[in-house]
Amino acid sequence: MLEIKNLHASVEGKEILRGINMTVNPGEVHAIMGPNGAGKSTLSNVLAGREGYEVTQGEVIYKGENLLDLEPEERAQRGVFLAFQYPVEIPGVSNIYLLKAALNAVRKYQGLDEVDAIDFLNLVRDRMKLVKMDEQFLHRNVNEGFSGGEKKRNEILQMAVLEPALAILDETDSGLDIDALRVVAEGVNALRAEDRSIVMITHYQRLLDHIVPDFVHVLSEGKIVKSGDKELAKELEKSGYSWVHDAPEGQTA
Amino acid sequence: MTDQSQQLESITQKEYKAGFVTDIEAESLPPGLSEDVVREISRIKGEPEFMLEWRLKAYRHWLTMDTPEWAHVHYPEIDYQQISYYSAPKKKDDGPKSLDEVDPELLRTYEKLGVPLDERARLAGVAVDAVFDSVSVASTFQDKLAEEGIIFMPISQAVKEHPELIEKYLGSVVPYKDNFYAALNSAVFSDGSFVYIPKGVRCPMELSTYFRINAANTGQFERTLIVADDDSYVSYLEGCTAPMRDENQLHAAVVELVAMDRAQIKYSTVQNWYPGDENGKGGIYNFVTKRAACRGESSKVSWTQVETGSAITWKYPSVVLQGDNSIGEFYSVAVTNNMQQADTGTKMIHLGKNTSSTIISKGISAGRSQNAYRGLVRVGPNAENARNYTECDSLLMGDKCGAHTFPYIEVKNPTAKVEHEASTSKISEDQLFYCKQRGLDAEDAVSMIVNGFCKQVIRELPMEFAVEAQNLLGLSLEGSVG
Ligand SMILES: Nc1ncnc2c1ncn2[C@@H]1O[C@H](COP(=O)(O)OP(=O)(O)O)[C@@H](O)[C@H]1O
Ligand SMILES: [Mg+2]
Repeated sequence: MLEIKNLHASVEGKEILRGINMTVNPGEVHAIMGPNGAGKSTLSNVLAGREGYEVTQGEVIYKGENLLDLEPEERAQRGVFLAFQYPVEIPGVSNIYLLKAALNAVRKYQGLDEVDAIDFLNLVRDRMKLVKMDEQFLHRNVNEGFSGGEKKRNEILQMAVLEPALAILDETDSGLDIDALRVVAEGVNALRAEDRSIVMITHYQRLLDHIVPDFVHVLSEGKIVKSGDKELAKELEKSGYSWVHDAPEGQTA
Repeated sequence: MTDQSQQLESITQKEYKAGFVTDIEAESLPPGLSEDVVREISRIKGEPEFMLEWRLKAYRHWLTMDTPEWAHVHYPEIDYQQISYYSAPKKKDDGPKSLDEVDPELLRTYEKLGVPLDERARLAGVAVDAVFDSVSVASTFQDKLAEEGIIFMPISQAVKEHPELIEKYLGSVVPYKDNFYAALNSAVFSDGSFVYIPKGVRCPMELSTYFRINAANTGQFERTLIVADDDSYVSYLEGCTAPMRDENQLHAAVVELVAMDRAQIKYSTVQNWYPGDENGKGGIYNFVTKRAACRGESSKVSWTQVETGSAITWKYPSVVLQGDNSIGEFYSVAVTNNMQQADTGTKMIHLGKNTSSTIISKGISAGRSQNAYRGLVRVGPNAENARNYTECDSLLMGDKCGAHTFPYIEVKNPTAKVEHEASTSKISEDQLFYCKQRGLDAEDAVSMIVNGFCKQVIRELPMEFAVEAQNLLGLSLEGSVG
């Protein structure tokens, strides 16, 4: 599904990612943990193709294609989905409109016709149940006036509608209270599938109690310093990140 | 320049689709303006004496006036002697009585512009008056409307057939002395539409006028007058295009609306005059005076405009709220690109008691364009409990354009409540990336964001027009699901 080889990337001339190696097979759930400033969001932005990041070395192969050669929308159309750490507000654009436009963009790439209006509504209603969202959210402007938890649930709703092959969830758990966390986790669990890979980025172990990963990686100073199974997360929980890197916690991400 | 603004720039470079020229024989007056020209226009039109007298008074007054210079627009001085003040497609007799008599070349022109004049081909709900250069070439559904007592015809025809209405209302909202361009228009206006809705009648279809400038070196000076009598309602649409030419052309129109007791007029414009090329060569100078009088109590006038064309736009559709409890609304999207300049806004003049007005203005600037909102809210001493809400938002695309806001507020009654909100934003890189990450290409993403920005205005347009406006803005269609 996804193979990251010796990936180096910098922002404004400053090297942030310093040689990442990682292989994600279909159906696997990988957790990437690490202190603030480790480069977790940078990695997800590079994978999604955001402007302003310069890849200086290495490559990323996604479904046999060189991912880094593609425009962000081409990656999305091919099934790469990023749940944003900070979802963006789009005034005047209704949630359902964006959902439909996004789904049609993916369908167009797949050579399918635009989705039928009734089918679409049924699909969306069905997927909203996964994240326990009320239908009124469909008609509100994208993320405008949403609470932190609502924004995160909305990201998972989009994922549920778009059914990506590779989902990267960037701190989808941060800012959620325990109930909201449970809802989001149940939504993600329902979307686990044999042909879908999930890369979960988080600062905290608690998410991993709800979404149990197949692999855990520790990212520090732009490198994966340790990989293991879910037990690794528990170790981290006990000892904090200090043993991998002396970074103070609780800074802005 | 960043990648993003480059991208925005290429997206906003759209081809002007209405830029073709119709090859048709025309009868034009030679360039130049004098009393003789004014008399000649009146003679060609076979006008009654009062009309000629009025034109001449306007002309003589115009000679004493200076070009207004307060707007945030710049252009070389216009030589009014270089302009031809009358041009009309050559016709055999006294004008078309039915569509069968209209030159097929003209019918094809309107077809190409997406305004078929054949009544069978039209959406049943819209009647059209088609104005080509200085004259109306076709006016549909006149008979059907007449059954309801509604008058919808070229104003030149109304001058002859309903002189009492014209004499009573023409210039009653915009006097010829009002301003430089209004005076010029009053002297030389050639055609436009006249609408009269009798008491208690709700006009059963949208009325529309489609203005087309075709001939070179001519000015278009159209005049529209709409009178809605007590308890009546009308929705009126106006569309405009012109060929691509290297010379600037002058369009100086006057629109007057009169709403009597409890009458409602909804006036919508999609203005797409040729804007000039990317270096600012050519394009229409759109200097327009639009004003409505809410004369009766509880009357209401809404102006909705989507302004995408013209090299220069100078217009302030206004409402004089005379009747108690009357309502004025102004919804505007003004898009400027390349070297375009727009100075547009509204005036809400509160005179009656409990009058209220709403102003929603959305300015979108791209390229090296300049986009200004200029609005006046005036509350007179007797306007108890007047209310105004103004919202004025600007969206900048790229970093070489300008957005300006000039609000003027004059309140002479302490019970008035006037609110003003303004914002300036850019399409953020975050918004673009978010949309792209969901699979939308840059063009669709920008369309969607711009569409969202304009939504409050677009939703005020009648359905058919909303579609046209969105296409014009290069927008994808929202609303079918949302
Ligand atoms: N756009 C940017 N400009 C400058 N520095 C950046 C930018 N984005 C990230 N960084 C820096 O890169 C490092 C990693 O940031 P980030 O990937 O957001 O970390 P994490 O998500 O792991 O908290 C930080 O030192 C941060 O300051
Ligand atoms: Mg982060």
